[in-house]
Amino acid sequence: MTLNRRTLMIAASLTAAAFVAAPANAQKQYGPGASDKEIKIGNINPYSGPASAYGTIGKAIGAYFDKINDEGGINGRKIKYITLDDGYSPPKAVEQARRLVEAEQVLLLFQSLGTPSNTAIQAYMNEKKVPQLFVATGATKWNDPKNFPWTMGWQPNYQTEARIYAKHILQNVKDPKIAVLFQNDDYGKDYLDGLKEGLGAQASKLIVAMKSYETSDPTVDSQVVALMNSGANVFINITTPKFASQAIRKVHDLGWKPAHYLNNVSASVSTVLKPAGLEKATGIITSSYHMDPTDPQWQSGKAYQDWLAWMKKYYSAGDVASTFNVYGYSVAQTLVQVLKQCGDNLTRENVMRQAANLKNFQVPMLLPGISITTGPDDFAPIEQMRLQKFDGNIWVLFGEVLSPEGS
Amino acid sequence: MAATSGLATIPVAASGTNWRRIGVAVAIAAALVLPWLVSDYRVFQFTLAGSYAVALLGLNLLTGYNGQISLGHGAFFAIGGYTAAILMHRLGVPYYLTILPAGAAAFIVGVLFGLPALRLENLYLALVTLSMAVATPQFLKYFDHWTGGSQGIVLRKPAAPTWLPIGNDKWLYYQMLVVLLIVFWAGSNLLAGRTGRALVALRDHPISATVMGINPVFYKTCAFGVSAMFTGIAGAMAAIATGFVAPDSFNVFLSISFLVGSVVGGIATVAGAVFGGFFIQFIPNLANDISDAAPWAIYGLFLLAFMYAMPTGIAGFIRTMAVRYAPKFRTAVGEQPTSQPGSHS
Amino acid sequence: MTQLTQQILSGVATGAIYASLALALVMIHQATESVNFAQGEMAMFSTYIAWSLVQVGTPFWIAFVLTVVISFIGGVLIERIIVRPVENAPVLSHVIVFIGLLVIFSAVAGWIFTYTVKQFPSPFPTKPLLGGAVTGHDLGVIGVTFVMLILLFLFFRFTPLGLAMRAAAQNPESARLVGIRVGWMLAIGWGLAAAVGAVAGIMVAPILFLDPHMMSGVLLYAFAAALLGGISSPGGAVLGGLIVGVLENLVGTYLIASELKLTMALALIIIVLVVKPSGLFGAHAVKRV
Repeated sequence: MTLNRRTLMIAASLTAAAFVAAPANAQKQYGPGASDKEIKIGNINPYSGPASAYGTIGKAIGAYFDKINDEGGINGRKIKYITLDDGYSPPKAVEQARRLVEAEQVLLLFQSLGTPSNTAIQAYMNEKKVPQLFVATGATKWNDPKNFPWTMGWQPNYQTEARIYAKHILQNVKDPKIAVLFQNDDYGKDYLDGLKEGLGAQASKLIVAMKSYETSDPTVDSQVVALMNSGANVFINITTPKFASQAIRKVHDLGWKPAHYLNNVSASVSTVLKPAGLEKATGIITSSYHMDPTDPQWQSGKAYQDWLAWMKKYYSAGDVASTFNVYGYSVAQTLVQVLKQCGDNLTRENVMRQAANLKNFQVPMLLPGISITTGPDDFAPIEQMRLQKFDGNIWVLFGEVLSPEGS
Repeated sequence: MAATSGLATIPVAASGTNWRRIGVAVAIAAALVLPWLVSDYRVFQFTLAGSYAVALLGLNLLTGYNGQISLGHGAFFAIGGYTAAILMHRLGVPYYLTILPAGAAAFIVGVLFGLPALRLENLYLALVTLSMAVATPQFLKYFDHWTGGSQGIVLRKPAAPTWLPIGNDKWLYYQMLVVLLIVFWAGSNLLAGRTGRALVALRDHPISATVMGINPVFYKTCAFGVSAMFTGIAGAMAAIATGFVAPDSFNVFLSISFLVGSVVGGIATVAGAVFGGFFIQFIPNLANDISDAAPWAIYGLFLLAFMYAMPTGIAGFIRTMAVRYAPKFRTAVGEQPTSQPGSHS
Repeated sequence: MTQLTQQILSGVATGAIYASLALALVMIHQATESVNFAQGEMAMFSTYIAWSLVQVGTPFWIAFVLTVVISFIGGVLIERIIVRPVENAPVLSHVIVFIGLLVIFSAVAGWIFTYTVKQFPSPFPTKPLLGGAVTGHDLGVIGVTFVMLILLFLFFRFTPLGLAMRAAAQNPESARLVGIRVGWMLAIGWGLAAAVGAVAGIMVAPILFLDPHMMSGVLLYAFAAALLGGISSPGGAVLGGLIVGVLENLVGTYLIASELKLTMALALIIIVLVVKPSGLFGAHAVKRV
């Protein structure tokens, strides 16, 4: 039925265009949630519950849209941003997605957070043909335009990042014996899969110890002690900020000196490395795609200054040390670009078409050399990362820009 | 005390029973008409609320009537949900045939769990059940061969038969309603009869009850099993309605929400389970609408406010009001505003 | 040093964390006969108060004392304002009020202080000792926990206030008859539990790092520790905490995949409780018909 109506609409507009040589703005096309005045955008974030630390992303996005609206909106249209809480619970996410699509009639769903929540709503969004755009998770499965043409990720996926570490270890560490600490959920498991894949056939021999932790665990000390005792000379630290700090400190305190790889999620100087002790973090390697707002090397640049000015003016309750606020700012800029490209054709189809038509789009807070490119068969906006090593003060970039094609 | 007051009121309960019957009839009629008055999205919400009500009835039976606290009923909800999901996804069983196995699986686990729980009371039982709630997601992730690990299992949502002119959401809603009515009917009968009196006697005067010949092992284990079964059935319904199960769906907050729902709804009442189901479905949304910044703070304030205004829950409050303002009702249920099963006959 | 020794020492260090919060649970239970599920979140909030004081330049020990005093007053006020109105409601209604407090403290802390992990200063030397298995701070925590334990023991055993408080909790009616102001005893009990919790929070924050979820994981362990040792016994709670810490490490290292170490540790505790329902050191409650 929808298809028929759409075909009719397209047919009608084509006819209209054929008969009346109308100017471009007469061809305005609107899907649900879009009009001459506004564009309705839905979002789901965990503002309550165990994952509420991520809630700041949803607030940062709203604060960026406030700035856009203050500056006149997108092609003259204001953004109406409706963000709902799912408490990181998949059933609640389904309910909130239905509310946004059916009751609020949003044009698109943007940056819904968490792999479980997004998995829960993916079938529904694709059945309803509503864009599920730039989801906030690093799982690999969002780049699947054949089966899920309405779902798209944004950040580099966890597996790509893990493969980068695997490659670096194989090239640089002599006789590697690898110990892994990972969070026992989809995020940790995705890294493990990528790591095993990157190490190839040798994986099971090279990985000498794996220990997991739960987010409800008070500390990871026992796991780190066990990993050290495996005799490993490489430590891969797949942990969220608090646990990353604990692990970095414990590795140092034990006098263990492995080649230490820290996942991007926790690569923040002031919120992870400083609590652990900067001297204890020296030598850690990570890969990243965005600037760390607490890394002194970026703080005099324009990108950071603009971001800081925006934080001060529009999100003063937010923390200027939090990388999540850089993340929210950057992803919101990406959506704004997509909507700009849509012009006056604000249908759901065109939103997806334009989201899959980003060419070398530059986002200021991404690392130098990294840009966003998508295509009809490429639903992975950011694929590039850069390796960096902590020198006791800043992250020092080294090597070239890495992308999956190159590796 | 509870049992005798219940017995004593039965002969004069006629008018009260009538009021109750009218109330139940009105509620069922409203439930039948409801999906035609609201949008499909709301129908979906009511389907979830209904499944929570069934889960709460299970918890009420254990905590309210038998006095065994549980901070871990999310585990039985998970067992039901995963049994249904695994049967549908791995073995291709039609969704409507998964409800009973889900209940059965939860029943078995409930009985097994009830045996050690027999020796534990109050705080100790709270610890054990809370541990169960915390351990549930870890278990689900560990046996990933069956459960799909942290990725969970995506289910196809059941579609209404083509000959029936209603949407999928209404179709699911009515099926949920049928299950709910059956469970509530069975539950009320169980609680109104010999078993219910035995459970309450064991709660209020365990030693006297045992001396009178009520077998505590049998009844307490039974209470655990049946309670788990109801919650398992509810878990299966919620999983089918949501179309997805994952460890994150069954974290410790779900279990805590269940306890909140059953107390706020009215512990040791049948109607309280329905109120509680509505509470845990809709109040967090309301809190979110009031404040994006800190929805949990608002939710917490709601909890405090409800407990101040209605210390015995919504059902207890309604009963108190009825006793105060409707003299007929008073003769029917006796003077005690606390909810005892005798008043439910 | 062998891994076994390292795991045991590291378990003792984490066990001290559980023990310190377990003491707060024992405190509230001795004073009110119930366990406050919000105790951990209250301790977390107290720690944020201490953190704020340190941020504005207050010397550590002054911030420590101020926080303990503020927490005591806060605990008394919570009892007077929030718990008192439901005093006569069923026990389960109290549990719901505790859950309400828990979510409010958690959300308000996140709202005011954000969820970014904060570093918290330690008053002790943080140098690693014994091959890195423990740090100077860990030893400090163990020391402070034992001081608290002794203080609590003396308080309940020998001071008139402590005795009155226990009487008020265990038999309010008789206590009232002998002239104890039961209402105030409950309020002071809440205050003291909050103060003990504040000490626990300040002690563990340098180890766990401060964020609004800092204590939510610890609470279950502390609860298990308190019950394992016997909820009426401060000494039992501390020993329970140490046992839970060591047991968890050993189970996770030698017995089973670390995914299930918590489950396994809890299962073992449950077995102990089934065999000895009043805990290792708890007095058995005699029931009357």
